[in-house]
Amino acid sequence: MTQTISVTINGKPYTHDVEPRLLLIHYLREVVGLTGSHIGCETSLCGACTVEVDGRAIKSCTMFAVQANGASILTVEGLADASGKMHRVQEGFWNEHGLQCGFCTPGMLMVSKQILDRNPSPTETEIREGLDGNLCRCTGYQHIVKAVQAAAKAGV
Amino acid sequence: MLTGTATYVDDIKMPNMLYAAMVRSPHAAANIRSVDISKAAAHPGVMAVYTGVDIKDVGAIVCGVELPGMRKPHHTVIATDRVYLVGHIVAVVVAKDRYVAADAADLVEVDYDVLDAVGGPEQALAEGAPAVHPQWADNIAFKFEQKGGDTDAAFASADVICKQRMISQRMVANPMETRGCVASWHAADRALTIYTSTQIPHLARTILAGMLGLDENRLRLIAPEVGGGFGCKLNVYPEEAIVSFAAMKLGVPVKWIETRRENFLSTIQGRGHVDYWEIAAKRDGTIVGVKVKIIQDLGAYFQLLTPAIPTLSVLMMPGLYNARNIHAEIVGVFTNCVPTDAVRGAGRPEATYGIERMVDVLAAELKMDPAEIRFKNFVAADQFPFATATGLNYDSGDYANTFTKALDTIGYKKLREEQATARKQGRLVGIGISTYGEICAMGPSPAVAAGGWESATVKVEPSGKVTILTGISPHGQGEETTFAQIAGDELGVPIDDVLVLHGDTSIVQYGIGTFGSRGTAVGGTAVYLALQDIKEKVIRWGSMLLDSNDVRFEGGMCIDNASGKSVSIQTIAAAAYRAMKIPTHSEPGLVATRFWEPGNFTYPFGAHIIHSEIDPKTGQVEIKRYVMVDDIGNILNPMIVDGQLHGGASWGLGQALWEHAIYDDAGQLVTGEFMDYAMARARMMPWIESSHTCTPSPVNPLGVKGVGEAGTIGSTPAMVNSVVDALAPLGVTHVDMPLTPEKLWRIISASQPEAN
Ligand code: FES
Ligand code: FES
Repeated sequence: MTQTISVTINGKPYTHDVEPRLLLIHYLREVVGLTGSHIGCETSLCGACTVEVDGRAIKSCTMFAVQANGASILTVEGLADASGKMHRVQEGFWNEHGLQCGFCTPGMLMVSKQILDRNPSPTETEIREGLDGNLCRCTGYQHIVKAVQAAAKAGV
Repeated sequence: MLTGTATYVDDIKMPNMLYAAMVRSPHAAANIRSVDISKAAAHPGVMAVYTGVDIKDVGAIVCGVELPGMRKPHHTVIATDRVYLVGHIVAVVVAKDRYVAADAADLVEVDYDVLDAVGGPEQALAEGAPAVHPQWADNIAFKFEQKGGDTDAAFASADVICKQRMISQRMVANPMETRGCVASWHAADRALTIYTSTQIPHLARTILAGMLGLDENRLRLIAPEVGGGFGCKLNVYPEEAIVSFAAMKLGVPVKWIETRRENFLSTIQGRGHVDYWEIAAKRDGTIVGVKVKIIQDLGAYFQLLTPAIPTLSVLMMPGLYNARNIHAEIVGVFTNCVPTDAVRGAGRPEATYGIERMVDVLAAELKMDPAEIRFKNFVAADQFPFATATGLNYDSGDYANTFTKALDTIGYKKLREEQATARKQGRLVGIGISTYGEICAMGPSPAVAAGGWESATVKVEPSGKVTILTGISPHGQGEETTFAQIAGDELGVPIDDVLVLHGDTSIVQYGIGTFGSRGTAVGGTAVYLALQDIKEKVIRWGSMLLDSNDVRFEGGMCIDNASGKSVSIQTIAAAAYRAMKIPTHSEPGLVATRFWEPGNFTYPFGAHIIHSEIDPKTGQVEIKRYVMVDDIGNILNPMIVDGQLHGGASWGLGQALWEHAIYDDAGQLVTGEFMDYAMARARMMPWIESSHTCTPSPVNPLGVKGVGEAGTIGSTPAMVNSVVDALAPLGVTHVDMPLTPEKLWRIISASQPEAN
């Protein structure tokens, strides 16, 4: 028993027949083949799977693919612009060494974008609050905070 | 990584690939009466189900450590008649996708005869405790003793002796990427390729080839991008062998990806100590002796280094102090829990925590300032190299200088005055110090299981581009950048021209891997030495091309000292491969390989100071300032170094404040999900003020010491000392970790009933 869904991912339309129980993260990674978003827990506690659905950052392990039917999804692969120029949060992470093993990074980038979309000049505390749903075991977060600060600066 | 194109194990997809799911024991100790796979095997989409009987020819899990008189459990990759821990594998299901595999795993029916279990190290030693391994009457795996100097005489001569029992609770490594592997079998060549998330590609290949009965050179092991390891991936686990076995049986690629829950249950954990410390001193604060008895929770069986970890604690027990008389005893015990092994710091955090707490306990007893007592006992700058009572040889350092810098940075004197004022107002303000030492750059081969050298090949390609093959296996430590920097500096080529390859046993010469803060200090030195060989060759070819006996190599150019004429390394590389003419005693090509054996460990050190305040109403600890001054020898890339220190601190603070793998008496892991197991999140971390002093290491030509574990080791005692200091007015002298709000609130409310 499958259902047909149509979604737009990073500006491209996709239509697939999927099982109702298929998680959005598995749909993105295994069906569509966009493996940038990661799985760190599958229980919506680590944020490695964060993507944007209709402009809102969500943990894609918490959502079924069928629930995204008709939605417009942005993943880390779609952050850079068409010419390949990196998004300012990507630039920020690059310049401030905001990553080590890189596994949390796609989720961190997506949530960082969301923080800045909602509040173009956040304080350190606001950045930390915004990052709170995303775990990183490598960096101790300081360089991630700096990366978001740098991205905020680049936006003004 | 920034664009989502990096390849981790779970990103690998192969034609016809199947997925494996493990069936695991829900009991910590049980006899297996029967395993019924019939329903699972009949489930649509299932290709195979294997039990311990099917896989009995695959070798047992390998432990690389021998200690005198040690009992070593024989741990097969799938249990046959008895399970020893929750999560113990009893069968594997291979199916067309991961959902079907998980469904079918639930259909395997195992009939267990549940037995009493041992849920912790002290329970293991209790009278009448059930035997974890029925073939041995008690749960003691080994006893180990080390002495230096004359501790009995020292304690007899002491004015004061302080004793404290301390726990370094089990912690879970929890890299954000769990374990996982993909294996594929090429029957025609009898060759297996396995992609696995590991820190030790070559060692893992050797071990797996042995377990599977394959020729080592026909097993290609690739560590793709690895999403964090922290020691827990410095191991070969049952699943890697099981997945390989299935791939060989079925003739198609098989993938297994660990769930987070499985990671909690079946990936090694760290620490797990109950320690009894004693420190003896003169009235003026001079430490004369230190004793420790360590009860080490080893878990149910041994992974690669399990029994060795507490012996590292012993080595580190004198800390930075002139303690000439030491006595350490270890009792390693079996429990029905997942094994402990090397997790970031591996033995040193426990020891450093112990000695740094004891120095504070002693200072409190003598009513001395904890800073003053440290200055009094430091090994002095002119004592290096310094032979410790535990048999180490500290390479270099100036402890007092580094500590002074930390005290100045935080404004120690003024802070103590402010604390006195705050205390008068009834506030719980603490200042915690840790002056820690570290054993890094592991290490001289006789002291490291499987060898401690490292290898590097540097190839200058015909175009002048530089390829480095390193035997280490970086996964976030940034050596791809650091090594490119070293090559850029040495050869005078742009960093972008340098490519660093690692982690593929078919491409890279044999190497040891990444752990024990060794990447740059040992692996980087091998690269450096290979670069020196390349430079020698470049000069030989340059001399020939310039027709001169007097040339120098500088900024990527060979320059004739007499005429000033020059030729670039790119031109030389082209000539070396074209080989129209070859210098005498030379050969074509521009390649060098070096294996470097370090003569000693390195010993970084530092001072961490934490200013904290506890909210008496909630027991919540607020870190007001965190100052760290670390001396890790020469620094090649300050940003990478700071990232390592910040990350390390998030671990050490985690141990001090939040993290605890709690097993109940039945051997069930109670904190087995991110929901129950608290780790540092962005909001929980303070802003860290990090700076450095530098005493270069004489052990390697780069003068570096290693930084991967320093933050973890230095932070824990500073945090606990800070909290205990805050609670000192209430008469508190010690609190066991983790210092959760609930625990502190109970202590505070018990001592100030009227406040609540
Ligand atoms: S994988 Fe979705 S939150 Fe962890
Ligand atoms: S960079 Fe490794 S988990 Fe964040």
